[in-house]
Amino acid sequence: MAQPPPDPHFVLRGTGAAVHALHFSCGGGEPDIPVLFSGSENGFIHVWNLKTHRVDAALDGHGRKSVCGLKTMDGKERLLSQGRDQRICLWDLAEGRTSVTDSVFTENVGFCRCSLLKVAEGRWLMATAAKALEEVQVLELPSKTSVCTLKPEVGAKLGMPMCLKLWQGSCGSQPSLLAGYEDGSVLLWNLSTGKVLSQLICHQEPVMSLDFDSEKAKGISGSSEKVLSIWSLNEQQNLQVQKTHRLVNAGISDITIRPDKKILATAGWDHRIRIFGWKKLKPLAVLDYHTATVHSVSFSDHKSPSDRLLAAGAKDHRISIWSIYTQT
Amino acid sequence: MAAALESALQAAGAGPCPGAEAVGAVRAALAAAGDPAALGERERARLGAFLRNLAAGPEEPAGPWRSLFLESPPDLAFCALTDSLAAPRPGWRLPAVPEVLEQFLRQGRLAALICELCQQHSRPGSAERHDALLGRIVCLPDLVGNGLQGRSPAAFFPQRYFPVLGGAVLQVLHNVSASLRGGLDCSVSFISHILGKVCVHGRQKEILSVLVPHLTDLTKSDCIWQRICWRLVECVPDRWMEAVVLGFVQRAPGADVLSRLLGNLVVKNKKAQFVVTQKMLLLQYGYTTAVLQNLLGYLALDGLRRALLIKVLQELLETWSSSSAVKHSPLEQQQYISKAILICLSHLKEPEIESCRQELLTSMMEGVKCHLDSSLPQIRRLGMIVAESISSKINTDGPILTFQYEEDDEARELKSLLVQAAPLGVLPGLPDNENENADAALPPVLESNRKSTTATTHVMPDEESDAELDSDDDLIPYDMSEDKELKKTKAPVYIRDCIEVLTGSEDLDKWEEAVKALESLVRKNPVAAREVSVELAKILLHLEEKTCLEGFAELRQKAQVAVLTTDPIPVAQYLTSQFYSLNYSLRQRMDILDVLVLAARELSCPKGHGKTKHSGAQNPCIQFLPESGSSKDWRRIVDERIKSKTRRFAKGQSQVEQPSGPNEFNSLAGHFFFPLIQNFDRPLSTFDLLGEDHFVLGRLVHTLAVLMYLAVNTMAVTAMGKALLEFVWALRFHTDSYVRQGLLSCVSSILLSVPAERLLQDVTEELLETRSWLEDVVEKDPDGDCRRLALQNLLLMENLKKKLETAPS
Repeated sequence: MAQPPPDPHFVLRGTGAAVHALHFSCGGGEPDIPVLFSGSENGFIHVWNLKTHRVDAALDGHGRKSVCGLKTMDGKERLLSQGRDQRICLWDLAEGRTSVTDSVFTENVGFCRCSLLKVAEGRWLMATAAKALEEVQVLELPSKTSVCTLKPEVGAKLGMPMCLKLWQGSCGSQPSLLAGYEDGSVLLWNLSTGKVLSQLICHQEPVMSLDFDSEKAKGISGSSEKVLSIWSLNEQQNLQVQKTHRLVNAGISDITIRPDKKILATAGWDHRIRIFGWKKLKPLAVLDYHTATVHSVSFSDHKSPSDRLLAAGAKDHRISIWSIYTQT
Repeated sequence: MAAALESALQAAGAGPCPGAEAVGAVRAALAAAGDPAALGERERARLGAFLRNLAAGPEEPAGPWRSLFLESPPDLAFCALTDSLAAPRPGWRLPAVPEVLEQFLRQGRLAALICELCQQHSRPGSAERHDALLGRIVCLPDLVGNGLQGRSPAAFFPQRYFPVLGGAVLQVLHNVSASLRGGLDCSVSFISHILGKVCVHGRQKEILSVLVPHLTDLTKSDCIWQRICWRLVECVPDRWMEAVVLGFVQRAPGADVLSRLLGNLVVKNKKAQFVVTQKMLLLQYGYTTAVLQNLLGYLALDGLRRALLIKVLQELLETWSSSSAVKHSPLEQQQYISKAILICLSHLKEPEIESCRQELLTSMMEGVKCHLDSSLPQIRRLGMIVAESISSKINTDGPILTFQYEEDDEARELKSLLVQAAPLGVLPGLPDNENENADAALPPVLESNRKSTTATTHVMPDEESDAELDSDDDLIPYDMSEDKELKKTKAPVYIRDCIEVLTGSEDLDKWEEAVKALESLVRKNPVAAREVSVELAKILLHLEEKTCLEGFAELRQKAQVAVLTTDPIPVAQYLTSQFYSLNYSLRQRMDILDVLVLAARELSCPKGHGKTKHSGAQNPCIQFLPESGSSKDWRRIVDERIKSKTRRFAKGQSQVEQPSGPNEFNSLAGHFFFPLIQNFDRPLSTFDLLGEDHFVLGRLVHTLAVLMYLAVNTMAVTAMGKALLEFVWALRFHTDSYVRQGLLSCVSSILLSVPAERLLQDVTEELLETRSWLEDVVEKDPDGDCRRLALQNLLLMENLKKKLETAPS
């Protein structure tokens, strides 16, 4: 008889609204306090102290519109937040400051989270959905210069981009973008030419979330259906479905592969977090704590594996923190 | 030559006991005369008289008289021998004459005899001789048996004799064939007579088992043999035709063989036509499917006979679509007719269907209506299958009828009859294969689809196989058994919540949860349920399936039973009154009956210990924990003490004590029973039990039978039995066999439930009446189940009588 699934390590309460975005920043050394950023529906970004489990700061920069994406740029001092007010804000949080230093007006009304990739020291690429319905824009940060705009061919009928993932193979190679669209297809874009390298229709419904493992050239995507789709990128830059995994209940709102590529977590519309082994997609655990749709899952970037945490934010205003499979 | 014979015969004289020399002389003269057929009339008469004298003499003749019988013309010898068998005072003849006859058979003289008789057909005055000899040939086993007083030798048993006769007939037919080929005219009418007479004596099996296989081989490619065969059956006199045709149809291995053997007999011979097209199809129903296939395949094999096939189909359909036939003929016959219809359909070709499409359609509509009206499920299904088949045949392009019914072996067998027609005249037994082929050929698209889906889904189990599990590191999965389909709403916790949801709510998820939860809620809170029992019963009775909830009917029924058992009297009153009120569907009325039966069963069953303990725990006011505990201990200790001091001699397991308790049904039986039995004869505008709604009546009768049975050992049982007997008496001639079956079950229940003394004291006369009715049913009822039930009832009555006789009064 297998062990019963574990309870949450602890639970963070007090966001006051549904939690839509989570981001850990725990990479610093000993004096640094590990923090978790959470973005909620009421527009606040909470900075949680993971030692005291209390809110260190609450940032209000999106005009009380839902915060849907959070990223940090080199440590916890510089935070990138994306809100439904169509703005992406760059925060300066160093030394207790809480000010927006810069912002990008995306003019995009969708739910698509932006994707951030560090390409060189002090140079980032950011992909966001653009104003035009089917387009994706790639900007260089912090200069905010446009790198390219990725337009599907006329008549492709992909619908809006739903999720984005910028990635770069072994160092030096060109960064590419994986984008999941409303019609259920995943496209691989070449950023330098602005052309589609490969298209894969892996779902019947909009792709809600995807994550990609550049080492194994293998990715996973979830949609509003009952199916997880695992696909791989071959030498010829073609995407192929490797296998599908059937879920008990439909709807996946977020998928994250742990940085060590051992396990992955999904956030389900059925209130449950599911853990799978990444190699063979072996189901490992079903974490049932939340009482409403889970919107976001995120793994911490702790240096020591035994400290690594999993956080899940849900519509029930709670953030559950789990310590699971830390010994491997 | 002939003169020598004549002189020898004269020398032998007409005395009763010719000497040995005389016999030898006649024999020599006969041998010298050569062909015995060439004998003149006079010599034949002399020789015949001589032989008769020889056989009829008071003592055994001397010399080689046996050889003489075998060498003289076979007709004369046979006549003399059989005459002597019938003579009084057997004397020496008893062992000797049958021995000679046996040798006569063994040496093939029988074939010679028949052959000779065939050749003399044109001679004047031969008719009487033919008739006499025909009788003796066919009845030889009886003659010998009579002569020997039943101690006839094995060679004259019918099982041995008729195959020998068949071999002789075959031999003669070979001769006929040879002489036809030699350009000589030949008659087979005597053989036909033999065949006919043997068949009509019921020896088809013996003679045809020899004839049919040989003729099948011989007629395969030889048209002369075919002609001989056709002539053979055509010449059978009308009075024997039926037996011969029946024999051939049953023995022929296939329709094509039958067609070769019989030719166009049915077209030429009225009698054969009647047998084939009427008697075997519409009047009798005991033949196997293979026989039917032979018969109808035979009709389909020739252009002249196809007209008959269509006529047959029309007549079959007429019977099939007649409501009176559906109602009154036994199930087996209806199955037989359905099979015949399906086989006919399988043989029909497109233009032929075109010509009678309208008639087919009309009879299909009528037939399906009266079949669906029937209360027996098998008949309904039979109607559905046949109607589907007809409709698929007549509507090649338009929509076709489809019904939902259980696909079991019988249904598949019936359907296979429809598809097997393609190659005509296949051996019976092949159809199954055929069907499979047709099945495989039918949906190639589906097949490929299926393959592709299996191919894609194949990936998953493959990769999840155990061999590869360990490749996913040392990650040990947690228990995931709780990972179930997410329910959107919580199940209601209070009965009143359920009522609210079931009556008013538009939220379908809540509604589903309420339906699922209701039974357990009622069982858990009997007190709360009693407060709203009638209301609940009403809601449940009118509850309709709003969503596609799996097992809805069962859930509702369970909830109804729970309500009825928790608060039996008011709810039973409500339900029984609703059974006879306006504006209910038949389904609802039958639901009421089912619920009453199920609840009665539950109430009358003794409760287990667990259950009573459970209710005890629910009632804290009468709980004396320490005392009940000690009393149990006391009981256990005593039991153990008894066990240790007692020696048991019985083998096997000691009997487990049945849980016992008061019969809760005792005070309730009447409430369930009497309101149901009261109003059956008062038709409402929407509900007429004695008229159209006989199906519900059948269910009602069965329900009453069950209630009666469950009421055993209750106070009301005698009154119930009396009322039920009267009810049975009123309905005993109902036309629907389902109702009659129910009535017979009622009688069984009465006999089993009511104590025998009460039966005899209170309802003697009714019982006697019922008994005579039962005897009638056993003999005359068309339905097999009814006859069986009635017989059981009579046995029950007998047992009852015996029991009363043995018991000291």
